This record gives sequence, structure tokens and C-alpha cells, in this order.
Amino acid sequence: MLALAATAVSCLPSCQSVKEYQKSRLNDSEMSLGNRKIEKEELNFQAYREGSSGANGGKTGGGCGCN
Amino acid sequence: MRRVCLTITGMVIGILAAFSQNAPADTSGFKSRALKIDEINILSSYYTQTADKSAVSGGDPGPRGIGNVTDLSNGLEIKLVGWDPKGRKNSLTGGIGMDNHTAASQAYVDSSGRGKKTGTRIYPTVDWTIENETRGTSFGIGAYYSAEHNYYHSVGLNTSFSAKTKHNGEFSAKLNGYFDRIVMIRPSELIPVDSANVTTSPTTDSVVYITTASGRTEALNYSTGQVLSKGGQVRIPSSSRDSYSASFSFTQIINQRLQGAILIDFAYQTGYLGLPFHRVYFADSSTAVVEKLPTQRVKLPIGLRLNYFLGDNVILRGYYRFYIDNWGIRSHTASLEIPVKITPFFSVSPFYRYYIQSASTYFAPFKVHTPADEYYTSNYALSAFSGQYFGTGIRLAPPGGIGSKHLSVLEIRYGHYTETTNLVSNLIGLNLTFK
Repeated sequence: MLALAATAVSCLPSCQSVKEYQKSRLNDSEMSLGNRKIEKEELNFQAYREGSSGANGGKTGGGCGCN
Repeated sequence: MRRVCLTITGMVIGILAAFSQNAPADTSGFKSRALKIDEINILSSYYTQTADKSAVSGGDPGPRGIGNVTDLSNGLEIKLVGWDPKGRKNSLTGGIGMDNHTAASQAYVDSSGRGKKTGTRIYPTVDWTIENETRGTSFGIGAYYSAEHNYYHSVGLNTSFSAKTKHNGEFSAKLNGYFDRIVMIRPSELIPVDSANVTTSPTTDSVVYITTASGRTEALNYSTGQVLSKGGQVRIPSSSRDSYSASFSFTQIINQRLQGAILIDFAYQTGYLGLPFHRVYFADSSTAVVEKLPTQRVKLPIGLRLNYFLGDNVILRGYYRFYIDNWGIRSHTASLEIPVKITPFFSVSPFYRYYIQSASTYFAPFKVHTPADEYYTSNYALSAFSGQYFGTGIRLAPPGGIGSKHLSVLEIRYGHYTETTNLVSNLIGLNLTFK
């Protein structure tokens, strides 16, 4: 985990300046960093079948849906 | 239920009516300030599961431990967008979802296995976001409500803030609170007898409360079994469960093809954190007790996402999460999805996800716990296991729409999940986006 965090932090200074007109690939819907709506139910069942949840944009509590 | 269905039908008819008129073209360049429908999503999914060792039967590996589930979920979400007098973008999103499930384990809340297997969950949501596009900041609030047979309600509230940095980054923070009332549905053999009406030698006037698997309470004459009252006339006691979380994320564009995000949640739960119909059988005992878990839980998940556009047609979507909590669970999740663009408007996305966790300190299998244990559960979601989830999605989004110019996106996603606990499930989902 520390190695990953170190890698992530080390990437930041090397970030290139990207102009708006250079973001065509980054703006592609498949490049979204958030969860897509079609993933909503699988995040739901994973949260209840597995003992951990969170850090994925989904719910971290509330309700059951646990049958 | 009928009222909800009529409401949804009314909303759909209203939407279709709104789309039936073509708005005159805006040639002035002036942005309308009134909220207008921007997007409608219709989500449906079907989930099936086979499992043994259900928590309702205390992890019993025998026939009583069956944990098969089917769930049909449908949801409608409507997003309205407008601009206020200060030029800020306002987004109002309302949604409603409904799940209909059958769960074999639910039948065993009644020790005879003849309890009701079906149930319904309804969950409306509303979110409002104000975005200052000039400053790159946004602020939002939201509310959530859910009700099902084993919860009187779950109410959720959230507020969020985000700000873009000067270097193609964005910081987001979100505070969530969920406030649940859990219906204390106990296994039938553990239902407390109304002490006010029962003597050590029950008489014909004694009353017992029977909780059905669907959560309905019936008051019965102890001796004759005659139903004295039912259908909510006797309200089952409830317990509270509150969940709070603070979610932080930082996203960064690294170059023209690569962007990433770091996500951290701090979650705290307090109240009744088990479920009152989950049994535990102690070693050398055939008598069940209800699982017992601490009244507080702290969770710390940390996630990292990296998305890379490889060449002109392939995207790599990577995700890793480390999770730790104070119940002794440590888990790792890693996933990779590879959307391949067959055409600019049609993509196929195979994916694979691997998950592994250690057991909670409070977990033990069927008939392993002892009465000396302070806390005990045989819920296999808290056991040590690993799981694999893989499948494929397709996404179709032609610029002219699909059949109709209003149907702009069609997504289908299928996944197959297996756990080392013998749980196997399949999920297929459909999302339609109307513009």
C-alpha cells in the first residue's frame, strides 16, 4: 500500500500540462474515474457478500438488501 | 405498492410527453435558467445466487443452510439541469428503485423452513448540486430513503464539495450519514413470550407473539394457536444503527492518456450491527442463539484508480483497494477492465476482479463458538475467503441515437462471481440513457 501511495505521489510532479483540446481521450466516457451506473448493482451485492466496502464511490452503510 | 407503481407510471408518461415536443432552436446563445430534463436513466438488473452455510441457519452446511437468492431490481433516475441568475449550473437528480427478491434462507427465520421467502425494497433518492464552472467548484446535498421487511427505514443524508486545482486535478469531499431502524425479527424459536400475559404455567389466556419471516407480527393464544391480532397491530421492537462516513478523493490528469484517483473513506458505525435473525450454534449444542457483535465498527478503505488510453481503441481501467477495520478484517481488491472500441460508438469491455479477505475476530463456523466467547457470528461474509468476478459489458452510444434520437446510450453488463465459501452468483444489468 505504501509502495502504491509512493508511486502515486511520485507521478504528480511528472504530470504534463494538458490543454482542453488535448483531452479528447481523457473525456471518453470509458475513461471516467467514477463508477458507471451499470455497475451500481454489482457494488451493492459485493458490499453485502463481502466483509469490506468503501473507497469505490459506493455506499458505506445504510439499509440492508442482505438476503 | 400500487401507489408507487402509479407514481412511476405517471412519471414515465410525463417524461414521454415532455419529449414529444421539439423545443425551438436557441440561436441567441443565451442559456435557459429554468431546470430542464437533461438525462433519464432506466436501470434493470437480475441477480441469482446459490450458496450454503447461510447466516440465518448459523452457517449450517446441511440442507437448512441453503442461501439461494434471486433479485430483480428496477430503477428510474431523472436529472434536471438549469442555470441560476449567477450563472451557476444547478443539477437536480431524483430517482426511485425497487427490488423484488426471493431468499431461501429467509424461510428459515421460521425454524420449520416455511417462512415467507419473498420481499420488496423501495429506495427513492434525491440529489442537488450547484456547480460554479468558472471557479471549478461544486457543492451538493442529497437524501436517501430505503424500506424493506427487516428495516422500518434507512434514512441517508449527504453533503459534498469539490474543487478543481490549477494543474488538472480535482479534490472532492463527501460526508454521509445513514440512520437505520432495524426490525428485531428473531428466529421463531427465540421469539420472546409476552411476559405480562404468560405465567410459568401457561393458561388459555396467555398470548405469544409470532414473527413471520416477512416481518409481520401475530399475537396468538398460547394454548389454542388462535390468531388474536396481526398485520402491524403489534409493532415489532426495533434497534438503531447509525453509519457515518467521510469520503475524500483526489483525481489527477497525468498526461493526455493517463489519469488516476486516490480514494479514502473513514467510516464509523454504531448501534445494532448484527442482524437479529442470524443464528449461532455453540459447540455441543443444538440450541440456537442470536449472533452477537460489537456495537461499534470503524472501517478504513483506501482505493487507487488508474485509467490509461492505449492506442486508439483500447482503454485499461485499473483499480486496487486495501481495507482494514477494527473487527479484524483485512482485504485486498484488484480489478482490471479493458474496454475495446470496436467502433467509436460501440465498445466491448471484458473485466476481471479478484478479492481476498481475512476473517473477523468474531467469526467461527457452525458449532465452533463457545458460550465463553464475548462476541460470536457464523455469517460467512465475515469469514476468510477469496472471490473472483469476471464478465463482459457492451456499450452502444451512436450520435444519432438508438432507434430513437432520445435513446442515446444502451449498456448491458454480465458478471459471474465465485467465492471459496461455495457462493456462486450471476448478475446481468441493463442501463438505458435517454437525452
